[in-house]
Amino acid sequence: MTSIDLDTINVILATDCGSTTTKAILIQKVDGEYRQTHRGEAPTTVEEPFADVTMGVINAVTEIQELADRKLVDDDGNLIRPTSGSEGCDIYISTSSAGGGLQMMVAGVIAEMTAASAKRAALGAGAIVMDVIASNDKRRPHEQIQRIRALRPDMILLSGGTDGGNTTQVVQIAELIAPAKPQPRFGKEYRMPLIFAGNIDAGPLIEDVFDESIELMKVENLRPVLERENLGPARDAIHDLFLEHVMAHAPGYDKLMGWTDAPIMPTPGAVGNILQRIADQQNINVVGVDIGGATTDVFSVFEKTFNRTVSANLGMSYSISNVCAEAGMANVLRWVHFDMDERELRNRVKNKMIRPTTIPQSKEALIFEQGVAREALRLAYIQHKEFATTLKGVQQQRTVGDTFSQEIGGQTIVNNMTLNLLVASGGVLSHAPRMHQTAMMLIDAFEPEGFTRLAKDSIFMMPHLGVLAEVHTRAAVEVFARDCLIYLGTNVAPKGLGKANKPCFNYEIRGATLNESGTINFGEIKLLPLGPGESAEVVIEPVRGFDCGAGSGKRIERTVHGGTVGLVLDGRGRPLQLPEDRVTCQKTVGQWVDTLELYPAAERDAVAV
Amino acid sequence: MAKAYTPGLKVTNRITHEVRRVLPIQGKVLVEKGQTVGPNDVVAETFMPGDVTPVNLSNMLSVPPGDVAELMLKKEGETVTIDEPIAQTKGIFGMFKNTFKSKYAGTIETISPVTGQMILRGDPIPVRVKAYISGTVKEVLPGEGCIVQAEVTFVQGIFGVGGETNGPIILACKSHEQELTADLITPEMKDKVVIGGARMTNDAIKKAKQVGAAAVVSGGMDDEDLRDFLGYDLGVAITGSEDIGLTVIVTEGFGEIAMAERTYNLLKSREGHIAAVNGATQIRAGVMRPEVLVPLTKDELDLEAEPAHTMGLLEPGRPVRIIRDPYFGLIGEVSNLPAEPAVLGSGSRARVLEVKLVSGESVTVPRANVELIEA
Repeated sequence: MTSIDLDTINVILATDCGSTTTKAILIQKVDGEYRQTHRGEAPTTVEEPFADVTMGVINAVTEIQELADRKLVDDDGNLIRPTSGSEGCDIYISTSSAGGGLQMMVAGVIAEMTAASAKRAALGAGAIVMDVIASNDKRRPHEQIQRIRALRPDMILLSGGTDGGNTTQVVQIAELIAPAKPQPRFGKEYRMPLIFAGNIDAGPLIEDVFDESIELMKVENLRPVLERENLGPARDAIHDLFLEHVMAHAPGYDKLMGWTDAPIMPTPGAVGNILQRIADQQNINVVGVDIGGATTDVFSVFEKTFNRTVSANLGMSYSISNVCAEAGMANVLRWVHFDMDERELRNRVKNKMIRPTTIPQSKEALIFEQGVAREALRLAYIQHKEFATTLKGVQQQRTVGDTFSQEIGGQTIVNNMTLNLLVASGGVLSHAPRMHQTAMMLIDAFEPEGFTRLAKDSIFMMPHLGVLAEVHTRAAVEVFARDCLIYLGTNVAPKGLGKANKPCFNYEIRGATLNESGTINFGEIKLLPLGPGESAEVVIEPVRGFDCGAGSGKRIERTVHGGTVGLVLDGRGRPLQLPEDRVTCQKTVGQWVDTLELYPAAERDAVAV
Repeated sequence: MAKAYTPGLKVTNRITHEVRRVLPIQGKVLVEKGQTVGPNDVVAETFMPGDVTPVNLSNMLSVPPGDVAELMLKKEGETVTIDEPIAQTKGIFGMFKNTFKSKYAGTIETISPVTGQMILRGDPIPVRVKAYISGTVKEVLPGEGCIVQAEVTFVQGIFGVGGETNGPIILACKSHEQELTADLITPEMKDKVVIGGARMTNDAIKKAKQVGAAAVVSGGMDDEDLRDFLGYDLGVAITGSEDIGLTVIVTEGFGEIAMAERTYNLLKSREGHIAAVNGATQIRAGVMRPEVLVPLTKDELDLEAEPAHTMGLLEPGRPVRIIRDPYFGLIGEVSNLPAEPAVLGSGSRARVLEVKLVSGESVTVPRANVELIEA
């Protein structure tokens, strides 16, 4: 890697090597601003018969080359750098989740404290956490050892103890890992990397526990005191070992690493990186979701604290059957406003699972799949909220004023009322035929409260921008603002429950293109036109028992921004409750579908297929 | 001429097939290159380190961890049996000594001066790998296993449960469209690979297990029946390790669906021959589909392989199966591959193809919703 003069950068090439597809984007300076100009994609070539990831990269870049009419690959199959006239690029960067991404096992002394911090560090670095071993995880020691033996992680993160505290317990955990002799997933010859990020005093004792089959790396304690987490050093160590071990053993990656101007990052780590920067720069709270075929990733930044969770078996193809099993078919079907035969549906779900690349052809199949998506997202968000908490184990000084306060450590920091921006990505959300469908899936699953802006990642560009932010922050931020997000609009939803058809809130909207006032009853939802780039002043006066951000029954005024869908006034209440009776539920959901024009009849009738 | 690529399952009368038979850890290979092996022959074996039992002697003896080592009657590396004394306290003036007897057998691996914990390792666990199919050892992988090669009739299924097994093929259904019901399962199907036709019923699967069949292969099954048979709802398609006493393979999918006629006829032509069957399915990175392999006998080696199409090439005239509702399971041939994407009933735009069904009707479906079947 060479040093880069940021002012001279005009052309940036970025790729994301996914499990199935390698996606490339081209960023160019246009009139002094960085813009994403072209994209290309090609199948990932990590597996046999190709077994060289750079082939997929070159294929994806070649597609861009043709579209952009700019030569990026030379005759020897190498990227042309730096730019020279209409040839080449100045920076090339990449992320990767090919080969199943980064798989880790984490261990700590107490499940809710150091082990939870270790899990946060691993997830934040972009890993899939296969299991968490802790002294109090309710498994007996020999069961824990058996589990460690059965897992084949790429690396292990061990934590435990505060600096200067007791060393015995963390050594005890190490003594469970050492005899289990965990085997790495790739490369029989290579030594299992283990990062120790626990009590600094235990370091030498930990060294004595492991033999040469483990490559031990010691970093700063990720929980030096109970009141504070220090996840940065552990995350950096994970990224380093990811490159040294996991990537180095994946076919063609040594060559790819030689090409890039910044270290290759795990894809989810890069997404987290860009969301953190945006939240920080705009001083907002953000939730991002990426729903894939096998997993759903949820990222959040609340009050500058970043969290990421991976719901390993909540996805739309490989894991669709698991979503139906976990949520229950009744919960999936409550989003479907017509009758469907459950036996046939179960078979359809399994057929999608075993043939994951098929797409819904009929409207009915699409509505059902979007119902499954709502449940997958809802469950993933519940898991995220349970994980993204204040630190547990922190001693709190309580004063007389706190006598009636119920607040304790371990409360979720996810607060839908203070959520400013909700970003969607992943096939079922990104490729929905109408953006109205994307917006409603987000609203129904995440139940945002108060005023929340909705957006989708246009072409899943966040990974590229996440790694770009490491080398050229300005370019990453500019492209994110102008090309990455497609704003869908704003959702306004007071928290609280009421009686059907009784007023929920009054509204008054003043704007250049939209001026309207009225009342939204409980259970009602309304869509108003407010296009991309448009904004309006909105005054909400909730009735008593409903809160739109200023308190129960209190008036609130905000500026809202439009988008491709518009302004949604949601009086359905929070938490969102659907009628339990199937017939009533179908009728209710049917009304929402019609109001939001989710599946317009005119469009439906026009199709031939 | 318009062309496109799509995946398909392999169904062929003859193919040179290689299976990689390797140990999970380094071990000893028991066969040589060129050796002929049968499906149940052990080709490699090793011993996994035994199970580990941690015993906190510091707590048991009520002494600080650092004192444990000097109280040990047995040292690191020594073996102990159940009820054998392994540590003794100093007592008071040499009296009132407490002796600690081992509750487990094994070898003392470590005694930690930090935690006072003793790690006791049990006897090594033997791991053996069988050849799985009849064939010839093509290559020995030193310390790992070998590659067995054979000429086989090969049928890939779409989904299965249960692991490797083998047995002679026996037909239960008279046609590829006949449902596999319990009354078609008979006691002589014990240890055999039972070939059905269309959907297999829940009762048929249970009866097959009851009579001791090695495997059942049929066109389809209901998800409800799979859940009933497994005892749980399968969430993710990673199978093969179920301990259910029967390997079950569906060749087409879930629901009322007949086995492809060609697949049925191919299996029928191999009735009586020993088949190697594996239900293991993994539909993630590195796709693994269930399989039925029927090694050819010496007399059959002159059997000519059917002409193969270019793998994955979708072109007019190619037979395809539609793999998604509303036409799920229907078979026909590609009649047209329009270049321009079309708007589907769902409202999405996608590249499509036209299929002329066996019934003569012509339908348009997304290209993602068909798979090739070999002619």
